[in-house]
Amino acid sequence: MASDAIKRLLALLPPGRVLAGAAHMAAYESDGLTAFRAAPLAVVVPETQDEVIAAVRFCHAEKLPFVARGSGTSLSGGSLPVTNGIVITLNRLNRVVRLDPIERVAVVESGMVNTHVTLAAQPYGLHFAPDPSSQSICTIGGNVAFNSGGAHCLKYGMTSNHVLGLKAVLATGEVVTFGGSSREQVGPDWTGLFCGNEGLFGIALEVTLQLLPRAEMFHTVLAGYATLEAAGEAVSAVIASGLLPGAIEIMDALALEAAVAAVHADYPPNSAAVLIVELEGPREVVAADRVRLEKILAGSGAMEVRVAKDAAERLAIWKGRKSAFSAVGRLSPDFIVQDGVVPRRKLGEALKHIGEYAAEARLRVANVFHAGDGNLHPLIMYNGREPDGLARAEALAGKILRMCIAMGGSITGEHGVGVEKRDYMPEMFTVDELDCMKRVRAAFDPETIANPGKMFPAAEAPVLAQHGLHPLEKAGVISRE
Amino acid sequence: MSATIHQPTTPLELADAIRAAPRAIIVGAGTKPRLSRVSEDFARIATTKLRGIVEYEPSEFTFTALAGTPLREISAALAKCGQYLPFDPLFAEAGATIGGTVAAGVSGPGRFRFGGLRDFILGVRFVDGDGRLMRMGGKVVKNAAGFDLPKFFVGSLGRFGALAEVTFKVFPRAQATRTLRLLARDATALTKILTDAANTRWELDALDATPGEGFVYARLAGPEEALEVLAREIFARWPGATLTAEAARQLWREAGECAWAHAGGTLVKLAITPSAVPAVVEAVSGLPEARSWISAGGNVAWVSLPPGKSRATPWNWPAVTMRGAGPLWPGSPVNYNVFRAMKTALDPQGRYPALDS
Ligand SMILES: Cc1cc2nc3c(=O)[nH]c(=O)nc-3n(C[C@H](O)[C@H](O)[C@H](O)COP(=O)(O)OP(=O)(O)OC[C@H]3O[C@@H](n4cnc5c(N)ncnc54)[C@H](O)[C@@H]3O)c2cc1C
Repeated sequence: MASDAIKRLLALLPPGRVLAGAAHMAAYESDGLTAFRAAPLAVVVPETQDEVIAAVRFCHAEKLPFVARGSGTSLSGGSLPVTNGIVITLNRLNRVVRLDPIERVAVVESGMVNTHVTLAAQPYGLHFAPDPSSQSICTIGGNVAFNSGGAHCLKYGMTSNHVLGLKAVLATGEVVTFGGSSREQVGPDWTGLFCGNEGLFGIALEVTLQLLPRAEMFHTVLAGYATLEAAGEAVSAVIASGLLPGAIEIMDALALEAAVAAVHADYPPNSAAVLIVELEGPREVVAADRVRLEKILAGSGAMEVRVAKDAAERLAIWKGRKSAFSAVGRLSPDFIVQDGVVPRRKLGEALKHIGEYAAEARLRVANVFHAGDGNLHPLIMYNGREPDGLARAEALAGKILRMCIAMGGSITGEHGVGVEKRDYMPEMFTVDELDCMKRVRAAFDPETIANPGKMFPAAEAPVLAQHGLHPLEKAGVISRE
Repeated sequence: MSATIHQPTTPLELADAIRAAPRAIIVGAGTKPRLSRVSEDFARIATTKLRGIVEYEPSEFTFTALAGTPLREISAALAKCGQYLPFDPLFAEAGATIGGTVAAGVSGPGRFRFGGLRDFILGVRFVDGDGRLMRMGGKVVKNAAGFDLPKFFVGSLGRFGALAEVTFKVFPRAQATRTLRLLARDATALTKILTDAANTRWELDALDATPGEGFVYARLAGPEEALEVLAREIFARWPGATLTAEAARQLWREAGECAWAHAGGTLVKLAITPSAVPAVVEAVSGLPEARSWISAGGNVAWVSLPPGKSRATPWNWPAVTMRGAGPLWPGSPVNYNVFRAMKTALDPQGRYPALDS
């Protein structure tokens, strides 16, 4: 039966669009959450939007599950295949449909890589704001499906805040166009609802993005602290001052050590934590704001404050920051990264608990996080070869997630629920709320064929493999935040 | 219109009132009455007593308020801590509620800089058509768990559920502002100023225009010492003048309350793009006594017609009527199967009015 379906699929699409067979499937059986694996029936590699539509309509008619795939960098198992389902991979759907520098809008196909949007916009002094650390490889479709973030969310928001409209083929086969080129809409925000659907509604074909003028000036400061708490208090002081920095990030000692080893980053000696604050805007505004920032940091007990003197020094600071997690990953054979959120004022308390939980579990945890948003990124290191290594790490991860919920936060700030955190959804949402979300999913996908097994607690569990660096991180192509 | 008006005081009472009404429409302060003008079969449930700020943590940049809380009350509480809702919510002085503002999906001039209402809403508690009180989204500034229903409720006009409580992200207010009035010869020149000014290093805080008078209004916000230099640079490009603080206050009040519009007239919001401004201006000039106000750098056009008047043909842009005569959706709205399916998902029994009624 399965092979009959493949035959019909082959007949439907031009030659070369359908890959089947074990050798081909290996490349697609995992995503950035390498712990999980599943073998799809076939992989469809469409070259045009019409081919995507045809493939989805085929799946709908045959009631075959499908998983949309961008670059497979999801950290929560979002693009993990469904066993005996179809993977529809969108990397070849990567054209700029329209770029209007006057209205500051780009319409791109969903397989376009995040940084390629900014590259296309750069000649006009424009950029696409969302900047996940995986931006040189992840796709706009993946960003939309996960409502991905980055280092600049406090001021600029997530992906959905930059998506003005989109064209998609829903799991029913219906092709819809939500929103448009205007920054305002009338009627319910269908575009906003589509963003963050984790591939459960259908496949985005084309996305209309707002572009922003690149800030004229950046002022990037790195401050070293003797304790993590002191760095946390400095964040509170910056926030309380009324400044609105573009980014506020913290790295702890273990993360610093790793970044030094990996990219020869240079930090104030003996720092237990480093704080990065970046101001941006017209030069006159930055000039005034930096005076205020300097006063705050001078009074924050920093051991040393360094200011990036030029673009190269700024890039070096960000390189250390953006490579930190992959660097930590190199210190340990296996690791899991969490991205729970806590109210910002509870950051210190949360980090203290994470330290205690880690000690109890006899595991090392490095912290690199978006302090401005309260978005933690604890990286739990373990050895998968120890019989209970993974189990201990997962138990620790679960404890951290529960702590985030108990503090009034969230189980995920930007990596999505996927497979990894689906069992925690009932702790964050009531039975009614989950039922409501399932009804919403059914409105878009009555047959439950679009990325089934994700976001909602489900019976069938995928096969466990090992944790560790994403293959592209191992190759040094990307690093995680 | 039905005479019975229910006034629940808590989210649970709201859910009770909804379960008791086979057909219901939620109303706030009534500042956008066209949106709730539905058949008399619908019981009117007012949020006027469902009010109060539930939680406000300045250090978190977030607050949670009951749906019927007047914007005025929220702005006052935020101002005490130097914070504000950056999208300049509309009709605050007229008494608009935060819940009604979400359901109407309207933003004021400030949406130009950091985004509209949709970009600041974080979470909602709402009652679905089955009378279930639920929470979606979160109370922290960043959250990606579950579908983004809070955004979906923006502009949903009470057709899919009744908002009980909303959570928003807020920002610190800039130290100072300065408003410049720039002169434009005609609609084309005006449009050029809008698009050029948006593509500069200045990072304007608001960019509105009044085509009837041929003015563009650019608002700068930031440290006082920076604004003088930026203003000079802008005047070097286009002729104009800085408004006095009092004149600027008046102007933004006029924009924020649509005080420029015909009293008791029809008020329509059009979602446009900057290059459509000349076409909008022309369409408006073809309507007797029509007035318009361009907002958000040319992404919104507000059109006002005298009482009882509406445009005979559909607008070329997505449109919704907030006040006065005419169809609710005076553009050419699209209709997909998934719209009906979503209605069934959130309101299976059709307790709330249909989106197109
Ligand atoms: C090293 C590293 C660093 C990272 N840093 C960050 C970070 O800083 N911030 C952050 O938020 N995330 C980060 N991530 C996570 C990941 O990169 C993002 O979630 C990204 O958006 C995924 O894009 P992708 O193209 O790889 O999507 P995939 O992993 O292929 O897919 C992700 C999800 O999107 C769905 N999908 C993909 N394309 C479409 C489409 N066209 N239509 C509908 N659904 C679709 C898939 O079904 C899946 O559910 C990082 C990951 C790695 C490995």
